[in-house]
Formats: sequence, C-alpha cells, structure tokens
Amino acid sequence: MMKRVLMLLIAALLLGGADVSAAGTGIVIDGSTTVGPIAKSFAAYYMKKTGVAVTVSESGSGNGAKSLINGACDIAAMSRDMKPQEIAAARKMGVNPVQHVAALDAIAIIVNPANPVRGLTRAQIAGIYTGRYTNWQQVGGPNARIVVIQRESNSGTQESFKTLVTGKASQITRLAETQASNGAVKNRVSTTRTSIGFIGMGFVDSSVRPIPVDGVVPTVESVRSGTYPLWRKLYFYTNGVPVGQLKEFLSLSATPDGMRIISELGYISR
Amino acid sequence: MSGEVQKESSRSQAFVVSESRRKMQKVARTAGETVLLLIASFVAIVVLFIFYFVAVDAVPYFQLRGFTEFFTSTSWYPAGEPGEFGALAIIYGTGMVTLGSALLAVPMGIAAAVCLSDILPFSVRQYAKPVIEMLAAIPSVAFGFFALVILAPLLQTSGGPMLMWVWWILAAPFLLLSVIVGSDLLTTKIEDPLRRKRYATMLQALFGLLALLVLYVVGSRLNAMEILTGTNALNVSIILSFMALPTIVSVAEDSLQSVGRELREGSYALGATRAETLVKTVIPAASSGILAAVILGIMRSLGETMVVWMASGNSSHIPEPWYNYLEAVRTLTATIAGDMGEADQVTGSARYHVLFAMGLLLLVISFISNLVSERIVVRQRKILSGQ
Repeated sequence: MMKRVLMLLIAALLLGGADVSAAGTGIVIDGSTTVGPIAKSFAAYYMKKTGVAVTVSESGSGNGAKSLINGACDIAAMSRDMKPQEIAAARKMGVNPVQHVAALDAIAIIVNPANPVRGLTRAQIAGIYTGRYTNWQQVGGPNARIVVIQRESNSGTQESFKTLVTGKASQITRLAETQASNGAVKNRVSTTRTSIGFIGMGFVDSSVRPIPVDGVVPTVESVRSGTYPLWRKLYFYTNGVPVGQLKEFLSLSATPDGMRIISELGYISR
Repeated sequence: MSGEVQKESSRSQAFVVSESRRKMQKVARTAGETVLLLIASFVAIVVLFIFYFVAVDAVPYFQLRGFTEFFTSTSWYPAGEPGEFGALAIIYGTGMVTLGSALLAVPMGIAAAVCLSDILPFSVRQYAKPVIEMLAAIPSVAFGFFALVILAPLLQTSGGPMLMWVWWILAAPFLLLSVIVGSDLLTTKIEDPLRRKRYATMLQALFGLLALLVLYVVGSRLNAMEILTGTNALNVSIILSFMALPTIVSVAEDSLQSVGRELREGSYALGATRAETLVKTVIPAASSGILAAVILGIMRSLGETMVVWMASGNSSHIPEPWYNYLEAVRTLTATIAGDMGEADQVTGSARYHVLFAMGLLLLVISFISNLVSERIVVRQRKILSGQ
C-alpha cells in the first residue's frame, strides 16, 4: 500500500513536476482503503492525461472525513455515508460536504465448485460466520466441517461484509481463518473443498462458485437493480460543489475509461 | 645491488617523519578511530532505540487495559466495539509453530552438519554447503507462496498418505532397531548360547510381528486422516523448519569444523571408532556452537512473518486438542503485520498499542534466549578449556 502511494508520489514528481505549479495545486485524496484502488487508478489515469499531480493516501473513511473537515484534502474517499456528527463538525468549520457516488461495491459469497450447496440465506451466512453453524449439514449440505475464511481486520471488504451480513457488533467465529487479500481468499476457496469465503464481486472467476444469496446470483445487473442484497455505495466527498479540475476528476467515474477502470478493479460502475 | 640500496634508503625515509607529517598521521588516526567507534556504537544504539520506541508505544496498552486480558484471554477482536485484546491464543500459536519447526529443523540440521563436517568427503562438502546456504537466500514471500499455493492444497488432497509415508520412513528403522536390541537384551540372562539364539530368534519374530502391526495400524490411521485445511500449524512448521535449516547447518558445521584435528586424532588413538569419536568427542566439544546454532535457528522461525501470515490460516484460537497441528493458528508476528494497517494512532489507541505490546513480547523473548545462549556458550567454553 505505502509503496504504491510512494510510487504515485514519485510519479507525480516526475510527470507533473513542472506542471504542478502551472496548474496551481494538485488534488489531494484521503480516506477509505476500499475506495483506495479506484482513487489511485483514477489518479494515475488523470495524471497521465492532464499532468495534474494527484496524491492518494489511505487512512480509513473516518480519517478521510477528518481531513476534509480540516481542509487537509480536496476529496475524502469514504466507504460509508458521512455521519451526522461529521457533517455538523464540517459545517462548524465552514466546510460543506457534497457526496458523489464513485462506484458500487458488491461482495460475492464463494464456495468451492465441488460444493453441492445451491444457495444460502443471509441468516445462514451470518450463522456460519458467527459460529452457529459449523457443519455443512446444518445448511443443507453434506456432512463436513465448514472451513470459514475471512479477511484481516483492516480490510474494507471485511468491514462491508460485517455491516451487510453479520452486523457490526457481532463477532466472527474464532475458528475463521484470515487471508490477506481477495486473491488469497479465492485461492484458498478454490483449493479447499469445504470452505466458504467472500470477495469483491469483480474477483470471481471459474475457480470458485459464487453462491446465490437469498436466491439471487450476484451479477452486475442484480446489483444495479438492488435485488442482490450484499452491496454498498462508495463515495467521494468534496467541499462544496466541485469546479475545474476537481469536477473533471470526479466525473471520471461516468466516462467509459473510468467505468473500465472501475470494473477492472472489481467494482461496479454506477 | 644498487636497487637494494635504493630500497634501503626509501624505507629509511619512510621512517623519518617530519613533525607536521606526524601530526597529520595522528589526526588521521584519531579521526579513523572516531568514525569506527561511531559506527560500532551506532549499531548498538539502534538496538537500544528499537527497544525504547517499541516499549514507549507498548506501555500505554498495559496502562489502558492491564496485563490480565492480554495474557489470559483468547478473545482477539481488536476491531470490535469495544475491542477485545486477548492474545493468549496468539502467543500459544507462536509457541506451537516455533516448537514444531524446531522439532523438525534441529535434528535434521544437526545431522546435516555432522554429515557435512565429518562424513562426506571434502569435494562433496564444497558443493553441498553452498547449496544448503542457498535456502537462506530465498525470500520469505517465496516460501510463503509455496506454502499457500502448493503445500496447502497438497496437504488437503493427499495429506493422509503423506503422513503415513513419513511415519513409515521414520518409525520403521527405529522399530527394527528396537526389536533387535530388545530381544537381545531380554535373552542375555540365558547361559546356553544355542538356546539363547533360539529364544532370541523367537522373540525377534514376535516383536517383529508386533512392530509391523503397530506400523500398519498407525499408518492406516494416518492414511485415512483427512486434513480439512492445508493452511495450518503443520504446514507452517514444515516451511519454517526449511527456513531455519541453513542457519542451523551453517553455524553448527562451522563449530564442528573448529574442533581441531588433535581431538579427533586423540580419540582415534585411544581406539575409538569413527562413530564413537563423533558422538563422544566431536559433538560434545562443539556443543556450545551447536546450541548457538539451534537458538539462532529457533529465533529465525520465531521472528518469521511473511510465511505465517500467508500460510498459518491466522485463526486466533487454541487448537482442539491442544496438540493438533492440523488446525489453523495465528502468531504474534502475523498479527502485527495483519492488523497494523487500520490501527493508526488516530483511531483506536488500545488497538494500536496492543501491537507494540506484542512486538515488545517478541523482543523480550528473543532477548532472553539470546542471553541464555550466550551464557551457555561461555560456560561451555570454560568447561572445555578446563577451567
């Protein structure tokens, strides 16, 4: 993470060194690690196109909001709505936070292709992850222990999963294994017959099987129409309605290139 | 002749130093010594600073939450609200993985070192040792990738048969030896040599059958075993033992080499066989070095992060039963690596400082074991030098 940010900074210095002064100031983005990949790819794309320096740091949604309120960044990347207290604090500082949807983030629940279970309800998934169900038999499968795979505690996907499935307050079973990335979870599920995991929808491929949740298969359409339950919006927040280069940057998510970047990263464009 | 004179004169000139030149030399010497001293003390200061800064960030955790939860609870939910910071299962996981890798690496490493230093011919050793040391040059992320992508699925699909083969290979020679030795020992009381031999053969047959039965029963038990998850303590122990091997082999072999010819030849001169010389003379003489090698190797596996983060499964619970190496565990190092990202100073203070508490714990453990090994090495040296 840090390395990538650093590389971006170096790239910014090399590419836009001369242009920074010409364009006034660059764009500073701070906030969610979930929105981070989008922000960084947009930044790289935008820098290449216009030469405007864009720096991205990932310190979590809460810190993004704080930075925006303190005027330390131009755009706060957030994987949740701004809380009323944050908006109140912003108003007090003379900052008017404006919300822009960057993309949609859907989580696919994946199992091994050899797993005969055809579908799970949200309650069943929550039961598996909180340790209520430990055998596939309890959710209509064969007699085999469930190998539960989760993400590390600082993962945005983990946070979304907890918010959407188990509820923020409930604790995930101690038996759950932890993997450090979407790719690692996919790898473990694809090689472990009795496992269950969750990854960003864009990471799903034929090595694993996304399981229908409440009877709905996760697809771009079912997410856009809102029938697939496990999704949320990712936001960019700005101070006031953006103008100039900020407006141009934020409108990237509606351009064909921006949409391509979003879907390549495993998110869904609006 | 004239050249010699020339040399003589130039040499003598080098010794005649003018006052100013001597001063310059003195300054240069002082400067050089200062630089060297600075560099040497810098290294020591870095160690102290690491200790200091880790401790400074670790202490607030204990001030906030006390010692009890950290050392006695197994609930590790740092992101929860409120967070729970029970590290017992994680400490246990670290111990388990370190012990497992030591159990595998120490016998293998010492055997390999003895083999390299005293058994293999010099020409083979010349090539074998660098190859073993190459293991140390492989980046740990490559080991971790291997463990996650190759070893873990392998353990899942054919872990049972693999364990069976390992059991056969390890247990068969051992049981064979104990059958022969045991039946001989049991029949030593019988006076008549003919009868003794007959009884010994009968006992051998009986014990042999028993041993085969044990081999078969345990083997088929292992064969039928299904390893549910390949990212477990066993997987990591195996990989970590490979990572500790080069350290152990290299250091132990050096210390075996440093046992002089005199001791070996003295032992031979007293009529000892090669095996006796090795077991009773060379290995005891090199024992301090071997111990240092073992502790260095264990430190290697204790401190390894990438492999355990990728392949230990990272589930913070104490396996059931407690010796079950086929369950996923979580270690201190992996927890620090995995939970660092979100736990910055701003968000949760306990959540941030608990990681430093873990780091401090690791530092203290390695500091103590380094101290102990240093002590043992010094004492051993004293004993060997006859003091």
